[in-house]
Amino acid sequence: MAATGNVERIVVVGTGECGARVARELRERGFAGAITMIGDEPHTTYERPPLSKSALISDEISPVEVLPVARLAEFDVELMSGTAVESVDRDRMLAVLSDGGEVPYDRLLLATGARARTLPIAGGEFALTLRTIDDARALRAQLGPGRSVTVIGAGLIGLEVAASARQLGCDVTVLEVAPRALGRALPAEMADVLVKRHAEEGVEVLCGVVPTGISRLDGGLAVGVEGFDQPITADVVIAGIGVTPNVELAQAAGLRCENGIAVNDRLRTDDPAIFAAGDCCSFPHPLYGGRRIRLESWRNAHDQAVVAAANMLDGDEQHAAVPWFWSDQYDVGLQHAGLADEAGSAVVRDSGNGSQIRFALALDGRLVAASGVGTGTSTAKDIRVAEMLIAAGNRPDPEVLADASASLKELIKS
Amino acid sequence: MSNWTRACGTDDIDNEDVIPVAIDGHDYAVYRSPDDDYFATDGHCTHEAFLLAEGLVMDNIIECPKHNGRFDYTTGEGKGAPICEDLRTYPVKVEGGSVYIDLG
Repeated sequence: MAATGNVERIVVVGTGECGARVARELRERGFAGAITMIGDEPHTTYERPPLSKSALISDEISPVEVLPVARLAEFDVELMSGTAVESVDRDRMLAVLSDGGEVPYDRLLLATGARARTLPIAGGEFALTLRTIDDARALRAQLGPGRSVTVIGAGLIGLEVAASARQLGCDVTVLEVAPRALGRALPAEMADVLVKRHAEEGVEVLCGVVPTGISRLDGGLAVGVEGFDQPITADVVIAGIGVTPNVELAQAAGLRCENGIAVNDRLRTDDPAIFAAGDCCSFPHPLYGGRRIRLESWRNAHDQAVVAAANMLDGDEQHAAVPWFWSDQYDVGLQHAGLADEAGSAVVRDSGNGSQIRFALALDGRLVAASGVGTGTSTAKDIRVAEMLIAAGNRPDPEVLADASASLKELIKS
Repeated sequence: MSNWTRACGTDDIDNEDVIPVAIDGHDYAVYRSPDDDYFATDGHCTHEAFLLAEGLVMDNIIECPKHNGRFDYTTGEGKGAPICEDLRTYPVKVEGGSVYIDLG
């Protein structure tokens, strides 16, 4: 058990996936002091991933709770939802609330997440964004058979929303400024598989297209596009153009921020009593040369929650988890492990049933990333093995990687 | 009351692996341990109902293919977040090269 003698009160700012996981982790590690979770959303803890996928195509969006209310009670966690933390008084070690209340802490975790970027063009406010369950409900109310939808941004959220809207019977067009879809998330070959699937479903993904403004037109909306004679008209416009980390609270408290709240590989800020984890923080990644990165994913929120909980209880754990995310579009599941940007070569493993995995190897032969697409979770086992190989710095035989009949699991044992 | 039903052949599952078995519209996951013992559980994860048989088996642990929730498939015990509920297990017996599950 961690030495927790001088830690009696832990305050978590943020009630998302990361904050909730931290609370659970603290109790499972035997922490018996007070845990207070504070967040401005007027809800209990809920999972965000379904909001662009399974939940969005359901008739009524009900939350999947990260920690069911009964568990919160069992873990004796005080949840202050609908409450904003206005500032952090580091000298007095207090979280100061918008209603003037003060919550003292021995350790403070900033799990403030991120917010959807809004379109910086004229009429950008007409575009809906998706981050919260309230956003999803507002969006769902606009979708249905025959509705025309323009999605701006062919990243993961944009394409997931496009697929869900299509499944609800909408006519969907996706516009992307960059020369290709999923430029930040995936290698071009894997992005192509998904874009092709959208085309089969009747969803056009137009790349290299620059929206210039949105205006009201005949009860709908018109998106002006550079070089187009006519605007693109739609009943609904959605912007999926990335997120901005919520760093303002940290910044105002004088904490260093570099593309997120800057923490070390123990997830500690420059203030030894304050930690940050999840979408809001940037951290040096030991598997990728100590380069400072920031990740926006469900898994990272969980992985960092575990490390932050340990270290708030005076542990000394390094965050070194392999980055991992998934996406679901129609019946296609994508899973991706690692960071591909130091890759020197690629190996493709084609299972022949529509499942394929693309492995990225560094110049020295180390596996650095793997992405798999296939029906549902059909590539999950192999991507999980790839993740372990990446974590171990393994240099797998490219012939084994390419041979769909060869067991990848054997590579872990060899 | 026991209700032994044939699930699969013993050779249908690789060592330290799992396959999906559907019986009367219910999904089960049937496991072969590193020691060649056989086990059976409900087919879906208790977290968000993904098919466990597409997950990775390592020793006595099955890991959900979506959110990495882990269970000890020999007992059904959930091994931490995001799992909040244990997995139901079923008695298994091996006879004449076949794996039988007691559906109760």
